Amino acid sequence: MDPIINIKNLTKSFFDILTNDYTVILNDIDFYINEGEIVSLIGPSGCGKSTLLNIISGLEDPDRGEIAITNIDVDNRLGELSYMQQKDLLLPWKTVLGNSILGLEILNKDKSLSEQKALALMDTFGLKGYENYFPNQISGGMRQRASFLRTILTDKKILLLDEPFSSLDSITRLQMQQWLLELWRKFNKTILLVTHDIDEAIFLSDRIYVMKSHLSTSINVIKVDLRRPRNREVVLEQSFLNIKKQILPMLGNEYG
Amino acid sequence: MDKKIKQLLAKLINESNKWLPAFILIVILLFIWQIICILASIPKWLLPMPTDILIELYQHWDLLLKHSFVTLYEIVIGFSFSIITGLIIGGFIAYSKTLEKSLYPIIISSQTIPIIAIAPILLVWFGYGLLPKVLVVGLIAFFPIAVNTIDGLKTIDEDIINMMKTLGASKSQIFKKIQIPNSLPSIFTGLRIGMASSVIGAVISEWVGSSEGLGYLMIRSKPQFLTERVFAAIFLLSVIGLLLFLFVNYCEKKIVYWKTTSNL
Repeated sequence: MDPIINIKNLTKSFFDILTNDYTVILNDIDFYINEGEIVSLIGPSGCGKSTLLNIISGLEDPDRGEIAITNIDVDNRLGELSYMQQKDLLLPWKTVLGNSILGLEILNKDKSLSEQKALALMDTFGLKGYENYFPNQISGGMRQRASFLRTILTDKKILLLDEPFSSLDSITRLQMQQWLLELWRKFNKTILLVTHDIDEAIFLSDRIYVMKSHLSTSINVIKVDLRRPRNREVVLEQSFLNIKKQILPMLGNEYG
Repeated sequence: MDKKIKQLLAKLINESNKWLPAFILIVILLFIWQIICILASIPKWLLPMPTDILIELYQHWDLLLKHSFVTLYEIVIGFSFSIITGLIIGGFIAYSKTLEKSLYPIIISSQTIPIIAIAPILLVWFGYGLLPKVLVVGLIAFFPIAVNTIDGLKTIDEDIINMMKTLGASKSQIFKKIQIPNSLPSIFTGLRIGMASSVIGAVISEWVGSSEGLGYLMIRSKPQFLTERVFAAIFLLSVIGLLLFLFVNYCEKKIVYWKTTSNL
């Protein structure tokens, strides 16, 4: 099976004002995701995880390298993949319902049809009864789910998630991870997730790419052979700990 | 029914709590003013007592009201003019880099010219009528409105723009759906500042040359030592300013509705 996203020899550098020179962020990266997989990208901050996600989404272009995405013209990929950022980025002047159909609104879809679609999913997203609330009236977890709903409703096959749960408290985060797995099963998506939480990466993923600091070329991949469906107890199993033991030294000192 | 009355009463008490301290302070200050005038027997032409001003307001109500309406009219027309031009020009500057580079420096540097200095020239060009007043009010209120419009349209979270791009939004969609609503709170700040300065603009233009309006009344009353009339005119000017300010606030509450919804 061909991968749904295939990246070869990707290089990206930024101009650094401090050193007055170009700094290489991503150096010759190879990377792929199969259809239906959950793949995590883990590494210390500043290693270029978010840059890689920006490049895949089309917000930025690489200096060199090839990107291939199944059924998508790579030169016009911006707007063809769902991308959810760290912050929920809900618009304060729109209700939960209004925010969730924003993507459909941009595509000039019929408004009442879009609303019906969104309302049908409110229960799944734990937002039932809050459709007409404004973002500053609901909790952080709900805001994140509303942001998710906006992402899901655009109905793209690939979801790029940039530390989607990092702003939430740890209990809410655990609930959201479990919920994400249910969602993934239900909607049959391919997910690329950036995180700096090792447990989160292992718990969710089929494979994990581990990136070191930006000076390093290497990107290591680890296969997560845990059965699905997974529940919380899996984090206590020996196989889970073994994977964690594998990852820790790869990250270097910063995770000490 | 009983519940409704209770609710209304609670609302009234709540409202009066907001205004009462300021109101009491004003009454105390007026009282001190009155006492000082009486004790020091200050002549009416130098400093009239608050009661003199009240009597003046009562006795010449028709005259004062007539001139108030003239000034109010100038402010409303001039202010509306500045809103329209401020929003349009501000919008264009925020949308286009070329216009920003060419027009924005000129608008900023035009502010170094005191409007009072232009008022006599406008008078020479356009006569004693309504037009020069509207232009002065418009010019003076235009700047804060335009600058705050540009600010509001341009000050925006880069992540939100990126989010819109990944949803496939075009530049004009981002402008319409994000930048415009995002700019509204800032625009209302500009409107409030513009509102205050437009009252000043109307009075100044009437001082320079006019045959009616509160500014004209003040200029006419001063040499006649009708100081209480000058004070009455000042009082009415502040009433006009206050009413327009409340109107702008009311509109803000209606239009920027999401700012008033509280946290749970």
